[in-house]
Amino acid sequence: MTASWTIDSVKDALAAKKISARELAGEFFKRMAARNAELNVYLTISEERAYKQADRVDALIARGKPLPPLAGVPIAIKDVISTRGIRTTCGSKILENYIPPFDATAVERLEAAGAVFLGKTNCDEFAMGSSNENSAYGPVKNPVAVDRVPGGSSGGSAAAVAADLAVASLGTDTGGSIRQPGAFCGIPAMMGSYGRVSRYGLIAFASSLDRIGPFAKTVRDVATVLKITAGRDPHDSTSAIAPVEDFHASLDKPVKGMKIGIPREYFGAGMHEGVRKKIEAGIEVYKKLGCEVIEIRMPHTDYAIAAYYIIATAEASSNLARYDGVRYGLRKQSDTLLGMYRKTRGAGFGPEVKRRIVLGTYVLSAGYYDAYYIKGQKVRALIAQDFRDAFTKVDAIITPTSPVPAFKLGERTSDPLQMYLADIYTVTGSLAGLPGISAPCGKIDGSLPVGLQIFGPAFGEARVLQLAQALEAAGGASL
Amino acid sequence: MKISREDVVRVADLAYLDLSEAELDSYRKQIDEILEYIGKLDELDTSQVEPMAQVLADDQSADATLREDLVVPSAVADEILKQAPDPQPPYFRVPKVIER
Repeated sequence: MTASWTIDSVKDALAAKKISARELAGEFFKRMAARNAELNVYLTISEERAYKQADRVDALIARGKPLPPLAGVPIAIKDVISTRGIRTTCGSKILENYIPPFDATAVERLEAAGAVFLGKTNCDEFAMGSSNENSAYGPVKNPVAVDRVPGGSSGGSAAAVAADLAVASLGTDTGGSIRQPGAFCGIPAMMGSYGRVSRYGLIAFASSLDRIGPFAKTVRDVATVLKITAGRDPHDSTSAIAPVEDFHASLDKPVKGMKIGIPREYFGAGMHEGVRKKIEAGIEVYKKLGCEVIEIRMPHTDYAIAAYYIIATAEASSNLARYDGVRYGLRKQSDTLLGMYRKTRGAGFGPEVKRRIVLGTYVLSAGYYDAYYIKGQKVRALIAQDFRDAFTKVDAIITPTSPVPAFKLGERTSDPLQMYLADIYTVTGSLAGLPGISAPCGKIDGSLPVGLQIFGPAFGEARVLQLAQALEAAGGASL
Repeated sequence: MKISREDVVRVADLAYLDLSEAELDSYRKQIDEILEYIGKLDELDTSQVEPMAQVLADDQSADATLREDLVVPSAVADEILKQAPDPQPPYFRVPKVIER
């Protein structure tokens, strides 16, 4: 039996005593045992902690106490997010045996809301990749089509939900790593505004870009998980002080009269025809719902990938300096301290991580800093300005999430630049710090899912979710 | 050519990263292609543009995000040392760096 659970159906089943939280967790562990060898979604399974969490929920039910919003909901967590007592590898050999002594704030908030942690999901090493093929523990298979990639870097978190091996999951997005796998696996996936969810306990890749966000089966569930994890955290000085809106209050309101911008630059060459048709069908849905669709220009879009790969690799080269074999993780012995650093890092990091450390160190090095790093930051400012200009005219911006549907495993691994270009529609919002969702928008030939991306202004999560909900309610997944 | 083999050797040295001969060659070629692509940024005149160094909104003032500098108890050392590859509590042990 592979029933598809949602947060609401879990809540109803527990309240009606049709199933206990412990039995539900057990059902998910059974499914995982049956499918994980094929899909490679989970790197670590956390049965002990899950059953403890489930038993606490069952005890509340037995005593007739009110249940917290995620009571008994089985959730998966990307393996770059720290979980106390549960191995956290970042998809890397350098952290193969690392067991964090603390929980990330997002994890702590999910646990306080009653969630049950099934385990840690596979991902590209240190979240660097667009296909999940950069994991040191092998690629995840897309449950929709097992010869294809699930997208990346949060491929495991997307596949876990799509394959009903979790009800919801946490991923992270630096340049598209939540939205693109959401699109490839056919589920809603959201990145809140920069600072919306605390990154305390998120193992850093690029600190001016990294965000934690949810995957789920429905937009409503995405809103619920985002709401619970969002908000100021004294442990993260970059977490936003802006109040968290009540996403659910506006979720089902009509979208009639909203102004939607369609930037021409996102519909250029290189887009798969099947994607184009589905996105056009999605835009038609919004027109029928009474939205005003306006063509807009975002002239710096074409420069986003170049700026992104300067900034992201520069920050990564700095953040990853901490893996030196001294305090945690792998150590390769040497007679000298510097030799130990060099050997440890050379042996512990995989090819994409090393490539990005070299590129990032280069763009920050003397003589190149202004030409690359500062230039990248200036172009980033122009891209952010494109969005600010657009949001003086429209309420939201709609684009495809990815120019192509899920590609075949191995198809793009030999050419890093081609892989980077897969993020062409997602990195813009990352650079600008804005909220974005990928919502299911039909399937090409009835099989490969397409994602429609919605950007909102800073801290406009409620509006983004409302538009995604409107598409879902209008049958967006089966367009 | 944007980046030479010597550049890659120099940068790997700055990053304390051991690379094999094969890695040096393949990264040089791949990074050269990426830098070639990044070169398109030169099409943009950015002489009048301020670099974007801050993502959060302007109203996220330091006053609102800085905390009091207080001494609070912390008892995490033992647990942290458990993760170390070569702990000698209360220290992390490393190869000798000072000549006698």
